[in-house]
Amino acid sequence: MSINWFKYSSPATFYPLAGKMIPFFGWLTAILMAGGLYWGFFETPDRLSDQKEYYRIIYIHVGAAWMSMWLYIMMAAWALAGLVLQTRLSFMIAKAIAPTGAIATFLALWTGAFWGETSWGTWWDWDPRMTSELILLFLYMGYMALQSAIDDPRRADRAAALLALVGLVCVPIIFWSINCPDPNECAALHQTSNPGGGNMEPNILIAMLVTALAFWMYSFVAILMRVRNIILERERHTTWVKELLEKNK
Amino acid sequence: MFKAFCCIVMRDLTLAMRRRTDVLTTLFFFIIVVSLFPLGTGTEKVILQKIAPGVAWVAALLASMLALERLFASDFADGTLEQLLLTPQPLFVLVLGKVLAHWLLTGLPLVLIAPLVGLQYYLPNDAVITMMLALLIGTPVLSLIGAIGAALTLGLRGGGILLSLLILPLYIPVMIYGAGVVSASAIGTTDLQAYFSILSGFLILALVLSPIATAAALRISVE
Repeated sequence: MSINWFKYSSPATFYPLAGKMIPFFGWLTAILMAGGLYWGFFETPDRLSDQKEYYRIIYIHVGAAWMSMWLYIMMAAWALAGLVLQTRLSFMIAKAIAPTGAIATFLALWTGAFWGETSWGTWWDWDPRMTSELILLFLYMGYMALQSAIDDPRRADRAAALLALVGLVCVPIIFWSINCPDPNECAALHQTSNPGGGNMEPNILIAMLVTALAFWMYSFVAILMRVRNIILERERHTTWVKELLEKNK
Repeated sequence: MFKAFCCIVMRDLTLAMRRRTDVLTTLFFFIIVVSLFPLGTGTEKVILQKIAPGVAWVAALLASMLALERLFASDFADGTLEQLLLTPQPLFVLVLGKVLAHWLLTGLPLVLIAPLVGLQYYLPNDAVITMMLALLIGTPVLSLIGAIGAALTLGLRGGGILLSLLILPLYIPVMIYGAGVVSASAIGTTDLQAYFSILSGFLILALVLSPIATAAALRISVE
């Protein structure tokens, strides 16, 4: 039996598949988020080392920060797939990932500012991680700005894809150089802002991982919904979209 | 192949010599930006010495970025770029030639004017020489990275602003180490080897990867 690996790489077949996947990931998001937050608020100690109740922002902050980085990698991966395989859908997915990634980055910065204000007494510090996150936000903005500045979707997709790949090559170098501005003193890249997964209260760790998973599932929902919109917008002249609209009238 | 490379460099230099104001504009932009900072921050010697490396590098980033718009724009407008894309020589060689000519016209003048910054900001002589060296290694990287952005934004509305949004974040590593080495030198550190190694590493990486990416971007933009 031969498998058609590219069956779902056509927008016409992916559109209904995405429609079926959205409720699945949606329910998963709701259950994980509710469970994780319940666990995080009621089954955990009131303190994390010297921090009081406000440490609970960790349940939003860490999930958002992880997703912001993961989604950039995924965006670049789909961009690469699009450039190599010449599949339109890959570009559409990359385009759909960018806003969710940018929102996650912004959320990480925003919740980080609140957390910083309560635990360090400052909204912003030029800490390497915060700076890296800010740069990541700039990279997402650049991708979206280039994508929307070009009218021809074919050129927009490919130009933005190339930019995402260039960004992916530069990201490790940028982060490394922010981490270590003085190359003579670069033995330790470890930071004090890290609460340290090893000695964290197990209940806090579990709740944090569950909410982070919920963020991941939410990203699927948001991205799939956005991909469906992009597909409809771009394929509006095709017969299958017209038939779909006729059916739903 | 090498002949084509030289031909492109000579052509771009000749064209620039016919319109010398373009080169001077970039240079004066750099001088003006650098001269404005002391007026804003106050002219205390200690403060100026402290901010000099950062100011010089940010001004260099902006100057080289502003000049980038012209890298492919006129060739794109009069159709030369399409002819370049059709030549049998590999495109990345031609791109490298154009970037080299661009650097000679916009990067090298900044290196040569750097002692002026040293005078304005009371930098010690050693730091000035370090700054010139760092700019000499760093500005080609700026031109190389910027070429990718210039190719991607070719012929777009508001290309200049967009270009800065795309390219400035990618300039950060060069700026950190470029400014870092000058700061280190200004406070009397003599062991600057690590900084220059990293900057040279960036230059080599950019030399290898950027022309290929720029060539790909040009094909996307022109097709």
